[in-house]
Amino acid sequence: MIFVEARAVTRWYHEWIAVLIALILTVATASALLASLGLDPVSSLHRIFIRPLNSVYGVSELLAKATPLITIGVALALGFRAGVWNIGAEGQLVMGGLCGGAVALAFWGVDGFWVMPLILLGGTLGGLVWGAIPAFLKVRFNANEILVSLMLTYVAILMLSVMVHGPLRDPAGFNFPESRLFHDAATLPKLFSAGRGHLGFVFALMFAVLGTWVVKRWHLGFEMRVTGLSPTAAKFAGYSRDRTVWMALLIGGAVSGFAGVVEVTGNIGQLVPNISPSYGFTAIIVAFLARLHPLAVIPAGLLVALSYLAGEAAQLSLGIPAASTQVFQGLLLFFLLGTSLLVNYRIRFGRIG
Amino acid sequence: MTESVAIAERLSASSKQCLGVRGLSKYFGDFAANRDVTLSVDAGEIHALLGENGAGKSTLVKMIYGILKPDTGSMELLAKPYSPDSPSDAKHSGVGMVFQHFAVFDALTVLENIALGLEGRFPDEILAAEIAEVCDRYRLHVELNRRVHDLGAGERQRVEIIRVLMQDPRLLILDEPTSVLTPQETEQLFTTLDRLSDEGRSIIYISHKLDEVRALCDRATLMRAGQVVDVVDPRQESTRSLGEKMIGERLTETKRSKVSSAEKKKARLTVRVGDVYPESTRNVVLNDVYLSVAPGSILGISGVSGNGQDTLFDLLSGELILPNPDSIVLDGEPIAHLGVEKRRFLGLLGAPENRLGHAAIPELTLWENVILTARHTRGILKNDHLISGTSAKAFADEVIKTFDVRTPSLNAKASSLSGGNLQKFLIGRELLGQPKVFVVSNPTWGVDAKAQLFIHQMLMKMADEGASVILISQDIDELLSVTDRICAICHGRLSRTFPTDEMTPEHLGALMLGQEIDS
Amino acid sequence: MDYGLLSSIIHAILVASTPLVFAGLGALIQERAGVLNLGIEGLMIVGALAGFATALAGYPLLMSVLAAALAGALLASIFAVLVLRLYANPVATGLALTLFGLGLAALAGSQYVGQAAPQVDTWAIPVLHHLPVIGHALFSHDPLVYLSILMAFVIWWFLKKSRAGLILRAVGENHTSAHALGFSVRGIRFLAITSGGALAAIGGSYLTLVQTPLFVEGMTAGRGWIALALVVFASWRPFRVIAGAYLFGSVTILQLHSQAFGISIPAQWLSMLPYIVTIVALVLISARGEKGLAAPGSLGKIFRVSR
Repeated sequence: MIFVEARAVTRWYHEWIAVLIALILTVATASALLASLGLDPVSSLHRIFIRPLNSVYGVSELLAKATPLITIGVALALGFRAGVWNIGAEGQLVMGGLCGGAVALAFWGVDGFWVMPLILLGGTLGGLVWGAIPAFLKVRFNANEILVSLMLTYVAILMLSVMVHGPLRDPAGFNFPESRLFHDAATLPKLFSAGRGHLGFVFALMFAVLGTWVVKRWHLGFEMRVTGLSPTAAKFAGYSRDRTVWMALLIGGAVSGFAGVVEVTGNIGQLVPNISPSYGFTAIIVAFLARLHPLAVIPAGLLVALSYLAGEAAQLSLGIPAASTQVFQGLLLFFLLGTSLLVNYRIRFGRIG
Repeated sequence: MTESVAIAERLSASSKQCLGVRGLSKYFGDFAANRDVTLSVDAGEIHALLGENGAGKSTLVKMIYGILKPDTGSMELLAKPYSPDSPSDAKHSGVGMVFQHFAVFDALTVLENIALGLEGRFPDEILAAEIAEVCDRYRLHVELNRRVHDLGAGERQRVEIIRVLMQDPRLLILDEPTSVLTPQETEQLFTTLDRLSDEGRSIIYISHKLDEVRALCDRATLMRAGQVVDVVDPRQESTRSLGEKMIGERLTETKRSKVSSAEKKKARLTVRVGDVYPESTRNVVLNDVYLSVAPGSILGISGVSGNGQDTLFDLLSGELILPNPDSIVLDGEPIAHLGVEKRRFLGLLGAPENRLGHAAIPELTLWENVILTARHTRGILKNDHLISGTSAKAFADEVIKTFDVRTPSLNAKASSLSGGNLQKFLIGRELLGQPKVFVVSNPTWGVDAKAQLFIHQMLMKMADEGASVILISQDIDELLSVTDRICAICHGRLSRTFPTDEMTPEHLGALMLGQEIDS
Repeated sequence: MDYGLLSSIIHAILVASTPLVFAGLGALIQERAGVLNLGIEGLMIVGALAGFATALAGYPLLMSVLAAALAGALLASIFAVLVLRLYANPVATGLALTLFGLGLAALAGSQYVGQAAPQVDTWAIPVLHHLPVIGHALFSHDPLVYLSILMAFVIWWFLKKSRAGLILRAVGENHTSAHALGFSVRGIRFLAITSGGALAAIGGSYLTLVQTPLFVEGMTAGRGWIALALVVFASWRPFRVIAGAYLFGSVTILQLHSQAFGISIPAQWLSMLPYIVTIVALVLISARGEKGLAAPGSLGKIFRVSR
């Protein structure tokens, strides 16, 4: 008989063993899936996961994709620790991109060191407002933040669509639903000569470091975590649940908004109807893959970014749809959640008590 | 009565012994929860199972009720081999159990709750009629269409008992049934139990309340550290001798040395407020609260669980704040509008009843749990924003050493400590903060006798050092031995306060039932 | 008023709402057992594909619906094992289920893109369908529309009038007590999750079998999430799920017909309406506080068997 028993003391490596097992199981299952489609797993996996990284271009692309994932992943890790389920980061990202993009277009052609910071601020505020709505409705009316933030995502995407089809459309763009290209002062510098990797990646790394500090040392991080673990105990400790809800959603909104404006100014260079291939949702996986540790969000974000590149490579070289990366991501999350039992529990063999 | 005789005849057709347990052992890893336990319960007998928390009573009855499987040994029920695989197996064999924590469903009606306990039954009129009959026979009164949510503890227990009686059990197991009852409700329960025993049904009565056992039971099996130490006739024993057999050493009297009247000063904390509405509708509303406590004295608040103690604790700790600052005055300063943290700065500390999930967070380590309430002492929090892990660990270490907390490490999770050790840690955490006023609720609930003594000493030491202690408790013995003054809470109303020396258990029981509290 | 138009609008509203009725009921049965499953969207799209593929293979409607239900139950059982056996966080597991379902449907469905499913026969109710206006609007539908309403009745009856339903409610209300009474909390929840998953998948299959008769990746377009909101909107009561679903269906259809009513604003603004209505409904329901919300007591809490 196999049974589980709670560990009295959890050590740091318990978490990483669980993650490793999840990764191995995911690769094994993905191989089996590929084999069932009549593809050779080893060479297929090599073609879609390794080959895209064989050039500066590939690495640069990887960093470009990892940038929003890491940035948002850090903010979500903080919020999830607090038990605040903001799953509308996608909408906050889109609002950030829209508002920041609008600022960039308003100052189109204007040069000056202050233009870029102003654009970033505009995007951050856009995301902040979009995060503040579920926070307000949760605190004031106890409306479920999962559903509200999610519904707002659809609203944000439609809002972006209205804007690029209308007011923000490029006047010389033959009625295409696209804005003008941003001018140089409104564009983040590239990191390499090839590919789309841009300065935003450095910001993402800074967020991860900052997030780690908040979690490890800052009282606010402890307060949010305590509130997430036990609202009653948090109240006894003098922590306010409302404050935690506000902080989690405002941080999530602002940071996702920042990621959005960085995405349009660093990667895309203009506003289009579709600025994100579900980065906001995928960042949820990144946060869990990192087991809600902000620093671990960096490798987790890179790994999941690789799955995006792999999706593109799979479409090109294997002829399977890019959306099937979601299978990989879903599997990874399944195994990760399944193995997290190993962190807090010990598997014992013997007779059950 | 003829009906009762008829049932008795039907039941006594079997042999004299109802349950026989021989050589039962149960191990959890290396720990022997039960070792070579022997127990014999006769038909129609009320048999007490006495022992401290952790003595192995629960493990034993769980094996009898089919929740656990014994590692060795055998059982016999009504002269037939008996080894239940599950509670439903046990039910089929005629064994019923009333749990300490009631297995009832708040949102469902009494009728639905009872139907759930009966295989294949649906809450219809036929069932209602059968229940009415049983209620009538044993004089148990409940309204079948009320939601359990609206019932008090005594009524909830009746729901459980009816559920078990509907199965016509030969053997009935009751686990600490009186812990939530008033003395008068206890009396009613005993009448019901006597009637069941007259019918020839056997009862296993688990308790650590020695007086009750002496009043009710025919025989008592005493357990200590997983083994049976004696089988006695409780009516031939004194409460003291029973207690000594149970604990295995002479009990040291914990009697509070009286504060001399010369030392009595004016009140340190005064609460004076009309109605207090808790945030959750599940808690009881308080009416006309008036209490005051002097420095160096311990005020006891007795009451049956669920009569407003939770709201009262929240009101005192600051988890519930009031608009009018003057409703609570600490050392002349109005504080009713202040939250938990600000009250803590003024020296008002506390330890709530629920240790895991209110006083401490089960998933966090001991040193992290220190940060919850002691963060403004010993430099644990720097510049109001940064946490010093070193300081928090040093604080936790001091608590562990000073108050003899048994734990593998500072990094152990709060949930891994035993009830007594965790409580010592949690009270110690506040004691090191040198409270002016200390509010504590049921500190010895589920705590073993040794830790109980230790905790009582901690509270008395606190008072001796000048703190005002407010002890909210359901344990009458505890209140009578530890406090200086005492009052009772019932339906959200506080009684008058009396000096503890002038208080008798009977008088206190009446107060707990709301007698003498004018409305 | 053009009665012909009115009749066809009501008819279209029922068609647009039916997937939400199935999916909402699927979420409801799980939540009444205390399980919060955010994977409804993933279950729906997998059901959409399974039903579609079966129909293309030439099987009758009944078989297509059963195939969808089976696929939904299988996928939901992954969620069940993770949450019930491995104590995984239900919120994250539900999300994983949605992602996995969307990806799996895209991967396996790429070969079906561009094909059309055979037309589903209409079951006109004798006599009633001759009635003016409402005859066409209400009594001249495909069998699945009637089935969705029947399911609401069945679930209502099950919860209210059967012992099994009583047990399911007990498990959702307080799993600790249910366990103490000897009910298999995990077994009952497993059944609730798989049957709820099957219902959600049938809702998805309605999209490909009747509504559009095509398969496109991501075609559920957030209906799974609306279904979850619907259950809250309905305060966990089956008939209110129908009412809520029809309300949402109405908003969707009215937006399509806005031109006919002479409304000339960008279509996106109207497309936002269902989402905004959901938020408003959610706020109104939640603002009523503890008493108005009949949320099952153990909803979303992890159940661990104590030793």
